[in-house]
Amino acid sequence: MKPFTYERATDPASAAAAVARVSGAKFIAGGTNLLDLMKLEIETPRHLVDVGPLKLDRIEDMQDGGLRIGALVTNTDLAANRRVRRDYAVLARALLAGASGQLRNKATTAGNLLQRTRCPYFYDTNQPCNKRQPGSGCAAIGGYSRQLAVIGGSDSCIATHPSDMAVAMRLLDARVETVDPAGQVRAIAIADFHRLPGSTPHIETALPPGELITSVTLPRPLGGKHFYRKVRDRASFAFALVSVAAVIQRDGNGRIAIGGVAHKPWRVEAAETALPRGPAPVTEQLMAGARPTRDNGFKVPLVERTLAAVLHEARA
Amino acid sequence: MSSISCDMEMSRRSILAGGAAVATLTTMPAPAAAPVAPVDLAPAMTPVTLDVNGHRHTLMLDTRTTLLDALREHLKLTGSKKGCDHGQCGACTVLIDGRRINSCLTLAVMHQGDKVTTIEGLGTPDKLHPMQAAFIKHDGYQCGYCTPGQICSAVAVLQEIEAGIPSHVTADLGAGPEVTNLELRERMSGNICRCGAYSNIAEAIADVARGQA
Repeated sequence: MKPFTYERATDPASAAAAVARVSGAKFIAGGTNLLDLMKLEIETPRHLVDVGPLKLDRIEDMQDGGLRIGALVTNTDLAANRRVRRDYAVLARALLAGASGQLRNKATTAGNLLQRTRCPYFYDTNQPCNKRQPGSGCAAIGGYSRQLAVIGGSDSCIATHPSDMAVAMRLLDARVETVDPAGQVRAIAIADFHRLPGSTPHIETALPPGELITSVTLPRPLGGKHFYRKVRDRASFAFALVSVAAVIQRDGNGRIAIGGVAHKPWRVEAAETALPRGPAPVTEQLMAGARPTRDNGFKVPLVERTLAAVLHEARA
Repeated sequence: MSSISCDMEMSRRSILAGGAAVATLTTMPAPAAAPVAPVDLAPAMTPVTLDVNGHRHTLMLDTRTTLLDALREHLKLTGSKKGCDHGQCGACTVLIDGRRINSCLTLAVMHQGDKVTTIEGLGTPDKLHPMQAAFIKHDGYQCGYCTPGQICSAVAVLQEIEAGIPSHVTADLGAGPEVTNLELRERMSGNICRCGAYSNIAEAIADVARGQA
């Protein structure tokens, strides 16, 4: 691990200013992803601003019936929250499908949104990776790509976003609230928060350096039945090959978002109008333009079959 | 490691790499510095006070020191084990204010003032924690390397179930989870046992839950 200096934040705006002030500085919250990457020298911050002391660990009801989730609420606490379990069960289910008990106790809401890909070529510093070292190339394309993206990728990058939580957040149309180094606040729709790789896969979100997530808000509850079905190589503690987040209403309409297939949680609202007609027409629209590799072509039919299982359960 | 009096006020706003250690920095960027120089910073030292198993310790640590390395290398509490060092195996599991975490994936400096419980703080050979006794009774290990992490994790698992925290296999999110074999297996998935003592580990935890250990 490269040496770094360290400070504890005292308030969100000054934390943002502190990161903007020092070149190569980063925020650290739970640290479960950042420290993993720092040990491998994939991340080499020269200064860490610990946002842990900020009081951003509350979950509050909003006047419009929605929910405001502090950036530092742990994955465990969010999944266990009474309102999340009752009104946003898809989010609780997605959180509980991810990581291990120990990791969920440290991992935060904001950090989960910002976690980096688990592409094996991103992790292997002996290999070219446009995300780790812009312009170096992509060893995943033509390499071992069973886990990687089938849609939304580019000739520069076929990494997937690893988060389960973010898939549910996308389904629920969450908004990400931030403060920048000048103290300006804004809210970003989750659909616009994560980017597709294009020719700049190292730029993963809408946040410039120094902008700090302070909370994530959920609109008022959707009702309906909530599902998060995750297909993976082990029964527990593994990243998704494919996951389906869904809220299905009594009349068969609803929403779906897919994990494990793209550089961001994958949702195509227009495809959802086909939900009452079954999984095949939905998948056809949802996965139109898919470009799987030799290794991961199975993911497209797996999306349809996982969705079929969810819709079957919704009818039960 | 000698007794450094850690002035708590220092931690409030200051850059903790401050004080004498700053003098050793070779390339500390000036405020608003432009591009990152290709030269590494020198190690930055910072004081940290931890409450470990009821004892207060103040250490002067390189900021890079993980909580696991602080426990093992500085406090010589070698019960917590380093397996993968990447949060995947669970051998380093300790309790922070009663909650289990991977001590390899957190910096010691992030735990200023926290209460840390390691396997050494749960019980002693003369006075075993019920979970330790149950692991012995059920032969919940072979080589024993993962065992301290398994036991710390298991103690926290029962507290999590008691607190109503759901898991991936909890059927009804509205009802409290129960101590079933399926729940224990899912909740212990962050602790890997290369010897494969899993079924006995689950039996040991179930025994403690039933108050029979």
